[in-house]
Amino acid sequence: MTRTEFWQGNIASAEGALAAGCRFFGGYPITPSTEVAEHMAAKLPKRGGVFIQMEDEIASIASVIGAAWTGARAMTSTSGPGFSLMMENIGYAAMTETPCVIVNVQRGGPSTGQPTMAAQGDMMQCRFGSHGDYAIIALCPASVQEMYDLTAKAFNLADQYRVPVFLMADEVIGHMRERILVPDSVAHEDRPAFVPGTPPFRPGSDQIPGFPTFGKGYGIHVTGLTHDERGYPCATNPGLHANLVKRLVSKIENATRELADFDVINPEAEQVFIAYGAPVRTVQQVLHDHADNRIGFLRIRTVWPFPSHALALFPNARRFIVPELNLGQIAREIERHTDIPVLSVPKLGGDLHTPAELTAIWEAGP
Amino acid sequence: MSFEEWFRQDRLPHIYCAGCGNGTIINCTLAAVDTMGWKKEDTVFVSGIGCSSRAPGYIVTDSLHTTHGRALAFATGIKMANPKLHVIVFTGDGDLAAIGGNHFIHACRRNIDITVICMNNQIYGMTGGQGSPTTPRGCLSTTTPYGCTEPAFDLCELAIAAGANYVARWTSYHVKELERAVKAGLETPGFSFVEAMTQCPTNFGRRNKFKQVADQIEFLKGHSLLKSKRDRMIEQGEKIPDEMYVIGELARRSRPAMGLFTGEAKP
Repeated sequence: MTRTEFWQGNIASAEGALAAGCRFFGGYPITPSTEVAEHMAAKLPKRGGVFIQMEDEIASIASVIGAAWTGARAMTSTSGPGFSLMMENIGYAAMTETPCVIVNVQRGGPSTGQPTMAAQGDMMQCRFGSHGDYAIIALCPASVQEMYDLTAKAFNLADQYRVPVFLMADEVIGHMRERILVPDSVAHEDRPAFVPGTPPFRPGSDQIPGFPTFGKGYGIHVTGLTHDERGYPCATNPGLHANLVKRLVSKIENATRELADFDVINPEAEQVFIAYGAPVRTVQQVLHDHADNRIGFLRIRTVWPFPSHALALFPNARRFIVPELNLGQIAREIERHTDIPVLSVPKLGGDLHTPAELTAIWEAGP
Repeated sequence: MSFEEWFRQDRLPHIYCAGCGNGTIINCTLAAVDTMGWKKEDTVFVSGIGCSSRAPGYIVTDSLHTTHGRALAFATGIKMANPKLHVIVFTGDGDLAAIGGNHFIHACRRNIDITVICMNNQIYGMTGGQGSPTTPRGCLSTTTPYGCTEPAFDLCELAIAAGANYVARWTSYHVKELERAVKAGLETPGFSFVEAMTQCPTNFGRRNKFKQVADQIEFLKGHSLLKSKRDRMIEQGEKIPDEMYVIGELARRSRPAMGLFTGEAKP
């Protein structure tokens, strides 16, 4: 049985987290993500969980990582400047393979920018924002339903892959209200099991080590320094560092096909829109207005790792058209994977592309 | 049990320089922890970055060596998510008072039930001897080559003002007093802050006319002023010399605290 609700996107994200068993939220108020924190502040204590408002976003993500090591499913939410502040500790989470979920309701930047307006300007930052090489998973919702579904999914992926997982929403999706079907329960994946007595950072065949929860008597040392399989600092061994960093990246990149989440619409088309997040809605309107199977659409939910194999599912493609609320961050990623021309259609300022704009581009032809 | 059983033997030898005071502070801390009757599996050490912050790596319990200045924020997450755990933080003057200053203030304000041991060597040791917020006026460091011109932070006054339940300061000379202070901190519900003034012969002593390690320990001892004596001097209208710092138990109170274990483990 499911029930129907009429929720704001940010509320749906918080509810998705609660359904997934999130038991710790550390956060700091920032527009346009604050409703996620407010909702968790109201609901978590009643479910035996912990909400704590930290002194800044650096502390928020730090508290989330600390809580995660006690075994709790833990998350934070933020926007713009707060996301920038979190970057160092996001790298720490990647290096220590700490499962955690970060909701970023994107707003216009750089700097304070446009607190109340939508953007997708953090798509590269979520992938590359902390120093050094690493990999993460990023999901992009395009509806209130997906704010719920993908937040719940983010917890499973974080636990399965022991990696920070980002819900890269935007102000439009975060603040829109629409109908949502709320399931009775959501799928649950456990963290990979730790075998007591084995080195805590020795990976399994899937390159992911079992998770040794604090407080169980395992006596493990966790450090952001380059570490060996025992978790001990080993920062001047070049080969060990290279192998560790390569594993952190390949455990995610090698799972690209498993992680891929996209829809292929009108695969015979010569012109193909590619979108994620709020611009999906504009492309959907174009398809709704013109019932024309010559309008191709690759609609992506898992943006990182980027599902490059999806591009080949449009064998007749002569042009990819990529509307984004940034200056072409994912368009550039797409160019990296194809010889077919990629037309970036950037939009800055907070307004969405109009269906008429995208229709005109399609009608003009390649 | 002996405090030696808390050491992670396969990690020795440690990285500390000859004559460093950090080992003394770690010993005093573990000796105090050992008297608490805590299980190792219920005890977690957390730290930031710096010489002091390497301590948890030498201790056999679960430990989290985090990012520079942020140990208290990570520790807050651990303690709030599982109040059953005893959480102890090792930090230094640069880690706690400079980059981590805001987290320090707010951990005191929340009065969260953790114990913090600050090894204050008045210098950035690990990066080679730069001035810190506790470097005394006039002292030489690589970033104060003409003598430090900034006033030093009094971390205990800060902790008291911000709301910590237990605050004490001793030095690496006062090992018995220090051990007792750590124990009192571990026993006190709420936020406990123990500052241990300590020598750094490699990066502070050799630039500031302490030819022998013992010279700097003598200096720390000689410039410390027992709280009871300080209070008497104030009563009698005597001037407290600027270069002296107060040692002893400086606060013990029972403000409402966060993260106390109430007998029910969180998830």
